[in-house]
Amino acid sequence: MLIMTSQWLIGLVYFFAAFLLIFGLWRMSSPVTAAGGIHVAGWGMAAAVIVSFLYVFSVSEAARPHLPVNVSLALVALLLGGGAAWWSGRKAAMTAMPQMVAIYNGMGGGAAAAIAAMELFGGRVFDLSALAGTLFGALIGAISLSGSLIAWAKLDGRINKPLHMKGLQLINALLMLVTLCVGAWLMVVMHAEHGSLNGVLWLIGVFFGCALLFGVLMTLPIGGADMPVVISIYNAFTGLAVGLEGFVLQVPAMMIAGMLVGAAGVLLTLLMAKAMNRTVAHVLFARFGGQPVRKGAAIVGELKPTAASDAGVAMRYANKVIIVPGYGLAVAQGQQKLYEFVKLLQAHGVLVRFAVHPVAGRMPGQMDVLLAEAGVPYDLIFQLDDINTDFADTDVVLVIGANDVVNPAARSDKASPIYGMPILDVDKAHHVYVIKRGEGKGYAGIQNQLFYAENCNMVYGDAQAVLVKMIEAVRGLG
Amino acid sequence: MNSVGFVGLYIFMLAAFAGWVIIGRVPAILHTPLMSGSNFIHGIVVIGGLIGLLDAASVAEQAAGFVAVLLGAGNAAGGYAVTGRMLAMFQTSAPEPKRRKAHHSATRKPEKV
Repeated sequence: MLIMTSQWLIGLVYFFAAFLLIFGLWRMSSPVTAAGGIHVAGWGMAAAVIVSFLYVFSVSEAARPHLPVNVSLALVALLLGGGAAWWSGRKAAMTAMPQMVAIYNGMGGGAAAAIAAMELFGGRVFDLSALAGTLFGALIGAISLSGSLIAWAKLDGRINKPLHMKGLQLINALLMLVTLCVGAWLMVVMHAEHGSLNGVLWLIGVFFGCALLFGVLMTLPIGGADMPVVISIYNAFTGLAVGLEGFVLQVPAMMIAGMLVGAAGVLLTLLMAKAMNRTVAHVLFARFGGQPVRKGAAIVGELKPTAASDAGVAMRYANKVIIVPGYGLAVAQGQQKLYEFVKLLQAHGVLVRFAVHPVAGRMPGQMDVLLAEAGVPYDLIFQLDDINTDFADTDVVLVIGANDVVNPAARSDKASPIYGMPILDVDKAHHVYVIKRGEGKGYAGIQNQLFYAENCNMVYGDAQAVLVKMIEAVRGLG
Repeated sequence: MNSVGFVGLYIFMLAAFAGWVIIGRVPAILHTPLMSGSNFIHGIVVIGGLIGLLDAASVAEQAAGFVAVLLGAGNAAGGYAVTGRMLAMFQTSAPEPKRRKAHHSATRKPEKV
């Protein structure tokens, strides 16, 4: 009776948890409802974790003597893992979000792989479809774990240089082949022996070792700027691994949540690659620096530096201003000063809007978060498609720490490496001011014709310092 | 493969479509919280770890189960913490009470890079 009631209760709570997780994601379709959405999803998750402890009433005969130890282990692991991650998540800076997502994602992949190991050690899976699900989930979970850790190290600045090694792709292909063969062999043997571990323990070790190594070697050659795409792929991998382990454990909540994220990760990966003008295959199997350097069309005109105060005053007397922030703004920690300047302009009746490129920042949408952190209301923040036609009747555009995403060569110069990338049509505005640290090139390593254009002035200096001068100049006018 | 296995495939298919449709609706402005939010959703893996760990009958299973719960809990708690923080920052300029909140966060001292 107790067993039946607990099983029924677990099933019911898991069902509602799955519903709340999906509902939470659904609410993310607008900034108005998103915060509430993640809260209900959180409640669903908490309820699912708590009700899982009711499994103590229905454990197998063999596990019963270990129950006190198992429950203590579970509680310690929950508090330790959850507590450490919660603490790190609360104190991480908003600029560090990409690496935090990478590390939490790697943990999820590792958890899926560990569940697979547990199932194999327990000798409970010998059905062919269950074995296939377990091993495949273990494979992608382990790749996601080690790959995400490398991605984290790169984003956190702990590994700075992409690994360039001849024949690495061949080694990776061979490694994958070996892993798949070992997995297939494991499947056949464990199916024949009804899950017995006799003589296959070393095979399981080799299988996990190869999968982990593959994740490392696959991620090492990829450059830091491509990391967001990689994290998104690993996010999808982890989702898929979680779904597969849910299939083996017969927990539909895990299957649904895992597969949902798997599909979401694929969609996000494609969106991101498109905004960066790269294909996913290109990111994974080729390097940006590996291509022969193509020279764009010759640059005409000259750079025209101007004083920060002049630029500030020009915006004060404009009707419409659009601000294009890039990651250089965040590096200079200038978001707060920028919004202070914007409020000053608004007080003088200037219509100010922000135009954010999909890949501004180090991951899609990061610039939006950084602006929101500084207090910029989201109804002032516009995405590329919504604002791109407005540049033509804008008086002044202020570009801060952005380069490739405003390079008109992407529209016109077929020889340019960024040709075809969607860009903000800043050059069409009446006047453009560019705040830049120096005369350096952008990430793609090419000159920007915009900076030499007739209607463009450069304001050199640290973004925050320049903004302070602009604020002073406008205040000085009274 | 029995019919139960096929029900699993149906669940996978429908969930994949649901994920594709739901994520397609999310505006680009929320793509970073979306990534960490979907990251949080697969933190549900922690319940798989719990189910296995409670049923563990050997040291090897206990060790693997401990790792699974530890990492799964980290995934869920960390993903929730960062997503919640990010989404709380998005404020509109329209209604008055929310506006004051936005100004409040504007005066907060900048965080370390």
